[in-house]
Amino acid sequence: MSEAVIHDDHHDHKPSGIGRWLFSTNHKDIGTMYLVFALIMFFVGGAMSMVIRAELFQPGIQYVDPQFYNSMVTVHALVMIFGALMPAGVGLANWMVPLMIGAPDMALPRMNNMSFWILPFAFTLLLSTFFMQGGAPAGGWTMYPPLVLQLGDGFPYLVFAVHFLGISSIMGAINIIATVFNMRAPGMTFMRLPLFVWAWIITAFLLIAAMPVLAGGVTMLLTDKYFGTAFFDAAGGGDPVMFQHIFWFFGHPEVYILVLPSFGVISQIIPTFSRKPLFGYTSMVYATASIAFLSFFVWAHHMFTVGMPLTGELFFMYATMSIAVPTGVKIFNWMATMWRGSMTFETPMLFAIGVLFMFSIGGFSGLMMGITPVDFQYHDTYFIVAHFHYVIVPGIIFGIIGGIYFWLPKWTGNMYDEKLGKLHFWISTISVNVLFFPMHFIGLAGMPRRIPDYSVQFADWNSIISIGGFVFGASQLILVWVVIKCVRGGEKATDQVWEGAHGLEWTLPSPPPFHTFTTPPKVTDATAHS
Amino acid sequence: MNLMKNNATKTAKKLGLVAVAMFGFGYLMVPIYNVLCEVTGINGKTGQISQSEVKIEDVDPDRLVTVEFDTNVNPNLPWTFKAKKFKQRVRPGEIAEAIFIVKNESTNSVVGQAIPSVAPELASLFFNKTECFCFVNQTLAPGETKEMVVRYVVGSELPEKITTMTLSYTFFKASEDVATKTIIDQKKSIKNNG
Repeated sequence: MSEAVIHDDHHDHKPSGIGRWLFSTNHKDIGTMYLVFALIMFFVGGAMSMVIRAELFQPGIQYVDPQFYNSMVTVHALVMIFGALMPAGVGLANWMVPLMIGAPDMALPRMNNMSFWILPFAFTLLLSTFFMQGGAPAGGWTMYPPLVLQLGDGFPYLVFAVHFLGISSIMGAINIIATVFNMRAPGMTFMRLPLFVWAWIITAFLLIAAMPVLAGGVTMLLTDKYFGTAFFDAAGGGDPVMFQHIFWFFGHPEVYILVLPSFGVISQIIPTFSRKPLFGYTSMVYATASIAFLSFFVWAHHMFTVGMPLTGELFFMYATMSIAVPTGVKIFNWMATMWRGSMTFETPMLFAIGVLFMFSIGGFSGLMMGITPVDFQYHDTYFIVAHFHYVIVPGIIFGIIGGIYFWLPKWTGNMYDEKLGKLHFWISTISVNVLFFPMHFIGLAGMPRRIPDYSVQFADWNSIISIGGFVFGASQLILVWVVIKCVRGGEKATDQVWEGAHGLEWTLPSPPPFHTFTTPPKVTDATAHS
Repeated sequence: MNLMKNNATKTAKKLGLVAVAMFGFGYLMVPIYNVLCEVTGINGKTGQISQSEVKIEDVDPDRLVTVEFDTNVNPNLPWTFKAKKFKQRVRPGEIAEAIFIVKNESTNSVVGQAIPSVAPELASLFFNKTECFCFVNQTLAPGETKEMVVRYVVGSELPEKITTMTLSYTFFKASEDVATKTIIDQKKSIKNNG
């Protein structure tokens, strides 16, 4: 108690040196660390994708041997999903959720610190496998047995890295829910919460429900390899297909764990730059919750070709189709928000509109693959690669980048360079389409995924795809430059930053002081976000 | 403030329990999966009955179904494995016998385990074995050839539309761990896998 009093007295006291970051319990510092970590991992994973695209630039084996190529494919996915996308989302949540609900900090600051610092250890485990006997994981990020069990010394490191990542994200999720449920400012009712907060509550529940199942699955792999169990070993009465069921029971909700925070971000951005309240707030909340609920009943659409009974295929096909309904509600609500708004197109808005357009492309190709009979053609071709990269890169990463541009003036107190921001958007958008759109064509023509070589008929498109990839990769350096420039200085940002911005976070000074909302603000209908 | 903290800790504990429960659910998916496969016949898992349970009056004298035999050997196992006859015609309800010839091609003594599967899935629900070399681990001395027997009954309730079914075996190498484990698990898994 006395500690708390002392703490309050020294309102703006910041711990100094490395200790400020190592032992931080401040949601803003931890948010910053998450975002920086995600950015580093984005470039680590990105470097791996550059290796992949260099190898695929021409048919034949050019630069890397096939085993290493497979490692690149596998670890690229793991690093991007668990190292870049999820920490970026958690970073945004750490920064913004307390500010948006008028809370002084996260509910469990010490746990917040731990959930961040687990990440560097987990990725040290994962990336150290490159230097081990047998190399890094190369059986695909889905870790299907029996292939994954053939991995050498790196195997237990892979399993424990997944355990740590799971623990980290579960702790982060628990913290977010505990914060929102207990620390809202007076008057901040659930239906007044900004949609970004809603998106994160729902994501957090998905995390708590899905991540432990993955942890269970990889534990079974571990005991199968070292302790003589036979969960997935046919010789001992197990079944490798069962792993796919366990994995995708986690894997499909995971897709929404990644995408919902991005949806939340653009639900903040679009009303701001349309200068209109979000259209259909209530339906947005229910649509997001329905997407999350349905995501637990569609997993087997990832495995239509394993030999399921017809009834099973039909069930999972219809369940998959049904997710298009709440997703459509969200897309149309965003469009209706822009309808007749007085729109301006600053960088965050450009990225948000980019999400709307290009996520929909990924959504439609997803619907195509949800149709069981045609999935037999698309399965494990570049068509699926095109699909999930459209959903992840311009769908999720653009949303996160939009959020960074949107809140960067709030975080740093300086406006970013708008010209560079727009340049970043346009180069990224053009190159991302050059990169991923032709994958639809070569996929339909039959090019299989996860193979370092290909038939010469795919050569032209692959060169074009690789060029798109290199340009996209290089253009992300613009983001780094914009962020560094903005942190160092620039035109001072106002408290509200954006003309159309509403909500508690915009009532604070830019940058916000180290401790905010130590006295909770009063929220009324007029000051509420929607 | 303190009240808020206490409530937050309570929420966190509840959510922690949910996470632990979901970890358990991951493991629960294993028996659920096995039961589901058994009930629906997915995976072609076959049943086992004792000889005394087979009733002679169940035999359908006017009907014959073809049972085909398919044999596979996992690459880790240095054995050859063939059916003596590739197919036979049996009357539903009658006990039939098939013989397989297995040879150890290596210079070591090796333990193998055969895993059966029946297609079509629907037929597997009516396929029961009274005796099978797949019930236990098989050990072959270097170069040894052995005839292995399976006795089975195709249930007389087998739907009319099924006239042909395939019994497929894959022989796996039973590793040291798995070998001991399978013996322990045998009693359990026989019920599920036959």
